[in-house]
Amino acid sequence: MTNTTAGPTGIQRAELPEHAFTFEDLPRLMSLMTGAEKHGPAATSTADAVWVLYDRVLRVSPETAGSPDRDRFLLSKGHGPMAYYATLAAKGFLPVGLLPGFGSWDSPLGHHPDRTLLPGVEISSGSLGHGLPLAVGSALGLRAQGRRRPSVWALVGDAELDEGSNDEAIEFAGAVGLDSLHTVVIDNRSASHGRPGGLADRFEVAGWSVVEVDGRDHDALYDAYTRPHPGRPHAVIARVEPKTS
Amino acid sequence: MDTMRERFTAVTSHLLDEDPRLAVVLAEIGADGFRDAAARHPDRVVNVGIREQLLVGVGGGLALTGMRPVMHTFASFLVERPFEQVKLDLGHQGAAGVLVSANASYDWPAGGFTHMSPGDVALLDTLEGWTVHVPGHPDEAETLLRHAYRTDERVYVRLSLQSNGTPRPVSPDGFLTLRRGSAQAPVVVAVGPLLDATVAALAGVDATVLYATTVRPFDHRALRAAVAGRTAADVVLVEPYLRGTSSAAVAEALHDTPHRLLALGTAREELRRYGQPADHLRAHGLDAAGLRKSITAFAGRSPAAD
Repeated sequence: MTNTTAGPTGIQRAELPEHAFTFEDLPRLMSLMTGAEKHGPAATSTADAVWVLYDRVLRVSPETAGSPDRDRFLLSKGHGPMAYYATLAAKGFLPVGLLPGFGSWDSPLGHHPDRTLLPGVEISSGSLGHGLPLAVGSALGLRAQGRRRPSVWALVGDAELDEGSNDEAIEFAGAVGLDSLHTVVIDNRSASHGRPGGLADRFEVAGWSVVEVDGRDHDALYDAYTRPHPGRPHAVIARVEPKTS
Repeated sequence: MDTMRERFTAVTSHLLDEDPRLAVVLAEIGADGFRDAAARHPDRVVNVGIREQLLVGVGGGLALTGMRPVMHTFASFLVERPFEQVKLDLGHQGAAGVLVSANASYDWPAGGFTHMSPGDVALLDTLEGWTVHVPGHPDEAETLLRHAYRTDERVYVRLSLQSNGTPRPVSPDGFLTLRRGSAQAPVVVAVGPLLDATVAALAGVDATVLYATTVRPFDHRALRAAVAGRTAADVVLVEPYLRGTSSAAVAEALHDTPHRLLALGTAREELRRYGQPADHLRAHGLDAAGLRKSITAFAGRSPAAD
């Protein structure tokens, strides 16, 4: 997939916007998809974490979205992708004009993303528990090709970690010290059964570097994202408002 | 003679030296055989432990970065257990790789049903774009594996401990026509390791014999050629996995030709018996005597035979 591929709606690079959007534009961009003026915590739980990654951390742009040395961001929690699409549109990966079609027959923007339809989207997700294993494989693949520069990021939800496939990935990545791998856990306490010892413990026992952070604080997110973690994969647990609040 | 699986290990270990895109993913099973290759290519021979969802997920991730992943374990744990990963982490991503299984049907009957996967090919039939190879000899396995590694397709290679006595000049392009019978004779499609038993079963019986080692895509052309000119055809499938797996493929190939079909394969009902492969072949009616009985009874009932 490259950013010049024409999808079903004929997305072409020439259509990408030139002017800069800010985080304050996200609610308006999201409203193009949802029709709502304001969005509750569930719809925006990932907004700050995703924005700070694309704005300040990930070394990827619409121009380098097909480059083998780009950083990879894998949205594992593919449910509720409005903040993700809004960020991709704000950063020029997608035309803003696509957003109103969200979920419609003629639109490449599904309620779960499809990488084969969208430039800049690294994985097709929706079924929970697939992004982290795919990220492990991506990190291994880049290492096997001698590409030391790219980082691989997977975003999961706290309830998504109920899926056992994540445990397989967390344990293995920790055991082999896969330090190009990063995981952002959006913790809105939506898991029905929670976890003894909390989320951080689950990564720490597997040998990960872990930082817990206020998932609405952009500077704290940036600090957590960029914390050195030599020889270990890195998890950032971004706490946001509980889903039920 | 080596087994198909030993050949797989040797050939793949060798090709790892030559093809930098190739990577092997294992979940403990088979890891011993790849020890030397892993020492030479630690980044391209990955043993994830007993984690089969991760086995396929890692394969998908490797493919997304441009590698050619080869994922190997027993069929039960490669196709059945992580089926959603096969569906989503490969197919739905638009990614590809090579799944290489062992022990699919009745290679280890004493191991019981947990280590049998009679439905693997039928399961893959629910997905788009899988090529399925069922070699009948280690030499054929090598030919088909080498080809699979060179392509960018999604390929399943079903290795077995069962083998025919001699290899045939197979290719991934289609079936071989080994024998031509009369215009009334049944067309028997023998798959992989069941060829020898099928040939023995048909000694002195008027039959056309096609040999299939690549069953998906199903070679419509070879089957249609075998029945060309007939107003009605009799077709027999002899498959080393779930009975009827290729029935729909035969129906598609002969959609405009009146035909009868006898589908032979393993029974859906669990045997709940241990023993040796020969015991299970007999129980499923897939030994030469069982095949001869089924096929001659079917052909004898044919209006074409009157």
